[in-house]
Amino acid sequence: MIPELGHYALVLALALGLIQSAAPIVGARGRDGALMRLANSTALMQFVFVALSFLALTICYVTSDFSVATVFENSHSLMPLIYKITSVWGNHEGSMLLWVLILSLFGALVAAFGANLPATLKAHVLAVQSWIACAFYLFILLTSNPFLRLAQPPVEGRDLNPILQDPGLAIHPPLLYLGYVGFSIAFSFAIAALIEGRIDAAWARWVRPWTLAAWIFLTVGIAMGSYWAYYTLGWGGFWFWDPVENASLMPWLAGTALLHSAVVMEKRNALKIWTILLAILTFSLSLIGTFLVRSGVLTSVHAFATDPTRGVFILAILMLFIGGGLTLFAWRASMLKQGGLFAPVSREGALVFNNLFLTTACLTVFIGTLYPLALEALTGEKISVGAPFFNLTFGPLFVALMFAMPFGPLLAWKRGDLLGVAQRLMTAFAIGIVTVAITFAVEGGQSVLAPFGVGLALFVMLGALIDLVERTGLFRLPLATVRHRAAGLPRSTWGTAIAHFGIAVSMLGIVCAATWGTERIISVKPMQSVSLSGYEFSFDGLVQRQGPNYNALVAKFTVRSGGVPIGTMEPSKRSFSARGMTTNEAALMSRALGQLYVSLGETNDDGSIAVRLYYKPMVLLIWFGAVVMMLGGALSLSDRRLRIGAPKPAAKSALAPAE
Amino acid sequence: MTRKQRRLVLIGASLGVLAVAAALVLSALRDSIVFFNSPTDVAEKHISPGTRMRIGGLVKAGSVERGDNLLVRFAVTDGKTDIGVRYQGIVPDLFREGQGVVAEGKLEPGGTLAADTVLAKHDERYMPREVVDALKKSGRWQEGEVQGAGGRPR
Repeated sequence: MIPELGHYALVLALALGLIQSAAPIVGARGRDGALMRLANSTALMQFVFVALSFLALTICYVTSDFSVATVFENSHSLMPLIYKITSVWGNHEGSMLLWVLILSLFGALVAAFGANLPATLKAHVLAVQSWIACAFYLFILLTSNPFLRLAQPPVEGRDLNPILQDPGLAIHPPLLYLGYVGFSIAFSFAIAALIEGRIDAAWARWVRPWTLAAWIFLTVGIAMGSYWAYYTLGWGGFWFWDPVENASLMPWLAGTALLHSAVVMEKRNALKIWTILLAILTFSLSLIGTFLVRSGVLTSVHAFATDPTRGVFILAILMLFIGGGLTLFAWRASMLKQGGLFAPVSREGALVFNNLFLTTACLTVFIGTLYPLALEALTGEKISVGAPFFNLTFGPLFVALMFAMPFGPLLAWKRGDLLGVAQRLMTAFAIGIVTVAITFAVEGGQSVLAPFGVGLALFVMLGALIDLVERTGLFRLPLATVRHRAAGLPRSTWGTAIAHFGIAVSMLGIVCAATWGTERIISVKPMQSVSLSGYEFSFDGLVQRQGPNYNALVAKFTVRSGGVPIGTMEPSKRSFSARGMTTNEAALMSRALGQLYVSLGETNDDGSIAVRLYYKPMVLLIWFGAVVMMLGGALSLSDRRLRIGAPKPAAKSALAPAE
Repeated sequence: MTRKQRRLVLIGASLGVLAVAAALVLSALRDSIVFFNSPTDVAEKHISPGTRMRIGGLVKAGSVERGDNLLVRFAVTDGKTDIGVRYQGIVPDLFREGQGVVAEGKLEPGGTLAADTVLAKHDERYMPREVVDALKKSGRWQEGEVQGAGGRPR
């Protein structure tokens, strides 16, 4: 009964979506307030019905109802409750349902909090949002129905892919989807503006908080995914330039560019057309990401060709929205009025620089990800484009971007003084250069690029601090004045500085862990010791342990530093009988900002076991940096000026940090 | 500065950055991509030693030999041709005789591949796509064998 209810709720959501796709537009044409307001109720109700549908599927998983095909395929009655819940989205059908759940959530949020949007703009936005929703409801109902029943219900399920039985999976996809799908709002706003043929600074002020919120989720989602890969895949790597990862990086790059260009539009009423285009492109990249991950095209171009229903459907959605969006853009963009003038050396100029490099970097990732697919589809030739390609193309562009980053916030709007800014950054630059020299001397010239990376990261961090110091007048004004000025600074200024600081922190982590990390791959016997970077690992032996739905083979290591025991590490291998699979559980031990990492290979008959040992200095900075970026974004989002639904300074009560 | 001049500066800068990016992409594509071959391709194409490539196929039954320091030697077969692979390190959990495998490395003068990466299938249902294609080419692939999702599951 419950799966049928869930299915029915989704059909109802589709029906509401169809109404919402048309009614508000008709209403906006005829200035019919009632018709336009209808979209508010339908948007809220769509969310309610999709949520009910999602709840129904969750109940099927929690109660292990194996008469439902997807539950049988992806669940097991012995799994812990948390994994029963996460397996709802640990497969294609369920993850698409999560996708539309988040999509309808965003639609409902616009309906609920967009009270002070102009009526026609809101009507158009909700209609466009509903077009996207309907396309995906149809996709789920026609090609990926999660509620399909099996005629003869099996007694036991086939278990969730063991790699996915991890707390990381519990939070990673929902966060990523909140980011991906959040950009749909920016897209809907852009299309609505093109339909209306009117756009102004207020538009940017409405769009920015949504984009910022999506960006925050995407940032954390990508960082979570990277940490999850780091500890589950057992190679100690944190980024593999895998197409699935690139699929989430591309919208992040475009979204970051969009955040920055929306600032120019909001403050200076310039770059309007470009901002609209970026909003369309960012969501298009989210759709492309969904296509890459969900169509099976990555597994095999041939598999895609032999069972094309899903892939072709998503491809059609892709064409419709990207093609439609860009066509509308080409047709209507010229109607938008040109904005304010600015000199190339100015804050606007710096933000254009940012956009240029971010979008170009995004383009190189796009080429690297899609070129092998295109080549195979066209010529049948198979190639793999890996880390070296991306390091050579994305790397230099990002370095240029990082170097320019401290200059931007210090430049004035309209016409900036590059020399003055350079003078103010002199201290940071000098410290950066000294750091390069010291690092180079200390590591003895092993790597030429790494010291520059460290120096650059430090330069960006100090640059962000200098921005704050300049604005608050620290070191040159009395402390009371400084405090007053600091309190008076807009939160978005703090947010900018903190987010810029954060990306430099991540960069520092990446450079250090990649360059000065050490590793040993060795076969050890019980009671044997291995040393790595001043740490001594002694292997105490193997133990068997029983988990809820797996058997674990645990290797115990005692770790000593300078002869003093500092703890034990217990990497393990889990074998899951339901799928006959083993997973590797690496053991991690944090030492300051670095980590020791042990993962297991195969066991031999003589009782020895192959192990991988890693020491990754500063590796935690990679993810701390992402958290700092998130905090910067959140602080900026809480800026009164940008608070969702409060475009103008509101009454005193609105000052409470609601977010 | 007039609007026209500003636009020229913008377009010039954009073209400049794009040109740099295009140069980077082209040079990286020339130097850092790796072609995939089946064992039969390697034999037929007369690939010169020192070339970096990927090969895929099945681990030939009875071919796995282990040496000191985690040295592993095995043969990859597509049913027609075999190619020897030498690898030092930890092979994946699902590396077994008769199962699908992809190895990446440099071809040595003797015709063996000195691999630095060995990938096996992710679970019982998944077969690396290169392996499937290699087997299909040599006619050893039976339709109907299940394929699961590949790469990193999400």
